[in-house]
Amino acid sequence: MGPSGSGKSVLLRHIIGLEQPDEGEIRLNGQSVQGSDVLDRYRLAMVFQSAALLNSLTVAENVGLYLAEHRLRPPEEIRRIVSEKLALVGLEGTEDKLPGQLSGGMRKRVAIARALVMEPQLILYDEPTSELDPLSAQVIAEEILSLRDRIGVTSIVVTHDSALAFQVADRIGFLHDGRLVALEKPDQLRAHPDPLLQRFLQARAHRQPQEVAP
Amino acid sequence: MFQNLGEMILLFGRTVRALPLVWRQRRKVFEQFYDIGNASLLMVCVLSFFIGAVVALQTGPVLVDRALGAALGGIVGISICKELAPVMMAILIAGRNGSAMAAEIGSMQVYQEIDALRTMRIDPVHFLVLPRLVALAVALPLLVLVAIMVGWFGGALVAAYNERIAIGFQAFFENLRDVVALEDVANGLFKSLIFALIVGTVCCHQGLTTRGGPRGIGRSVTKAVVNSIVLIVISDYILTRLLLS
Repeated sequence: MGPSGSGKSVLLRHIIGLEQPDEGEIRLNGQSVQGSDVLDRYRLAMVFQSAALLNSLTVAENVGLYLAEHRLRPPEEIRRIVSEKLALVGLEGTEDKLPGQLSGGMRKRVAIARALVMEPQLILYDEPTSELDPLSAQVIAEEILSLRDRIGVTSIVVTHDSALAFQVADRIGFLHDGRLVALEKPDQLRAHPDPLLQRFLQARAHRQPQEVAP
Repeated sequence: MFQNLGEMILLFGRTVRALPLVWRQRRKVFEQFYDIGNASLLMVCVLSFFIGAVVALQTGPVLVDRALGAALGGIVGISICKELAPVMMAILIAGRNGSAMAAEIGSMQVYQEIDALRTMRIDPVHFLVLPRLVALAVALPLLVLVAIMVGWFGGALVAAYNERIAIGFQAFFENLRDVVALEDVANGLFKSLIFALIVGTVCCHQGLTTRGGPRGIGRSVTKAVVNSIVLIVISDYILTRLLLS
């Protein structure tokens, strides 16, 4: 969690090997990984802020792309797995639609299904609720939680939405200006003395809609 | 443009190395091939017909005035098959299909679709560049073959029906057959193959290096087309020089 421009997405891109650190190293499971090397050693999946579905492919082709391109399963089994993963994110029957025919929330859920097909050891979510209406954002948050419980996959969620962070996280890190200011359990984070963090949390709280007196 | 030449050569090398995988990408190759033909065939016919016609119209009266009218078929035949058809069709394809390739790959780059491919360990060169380059390398020589036929026909039509030229079909094509050898047509087709590889590499490279939102996509498309045309013309001279010797 952190304000815009604090380096949250850049951190995710470094973890999954899309960018190389100028200095220092990325460690996964205590082992140093370098660039795209990480994808050879671990199954990581990323849900991009823009969902990043391939617009020229149908929903089913997008979700099954990893399996089809690497020829990991025969076509009929890919179709079955795709339907199964789409059902998991509540999008049964959308297989033949194009990404352009879906809402922003649905596109994010397709992106989550596409990530799940890889049976990842770690899912990285980049601003999963940005650009979504509150209802769709809530659906995505519940989706992340339910996947954690049902599949038991570890997730790193990057967001500036503190409500989402407190709803889904076991531990929350607060990033400011490229620096990890705090890394605590949600309850402990609220009481953290860092003034920047407190200002961030209060600013979010002030922006919550006030109840109107009858 | 020239500062990116090294990157383009590397991209081309990576695509050539991926050629054994082309069978796996055959559906995409066919889709691209169909797109190129569908978008360009009519335009190729119209353009080459009028190129043939205008060459005959410009050179015909000059030759006839000097009693050299019988050579018109050969002049139109050689200029169309060795020079005009390959160059003009390559420029047409750069504008019609190369621009679309740069825009499509560019928007995929800007909207993180290529990053998504990378996180799935799908190489964008195999997935995006290879099918486009192979489809272009097959489609452009075929389009140039069509353009040569239509261009010759356009030239013959003007030669026959323009009152200042008035050289019949039979005389036109007899001279054309005397002058134009099969290897001249092969020469033009070989050039078009090289032009196809240039257009494909330049346009895909521009797409992959697109930065900065919709304006960046627009910039990439412009650069892709302009750079393709410049490289086509430069390489045309070099190829002509090499093929002559």
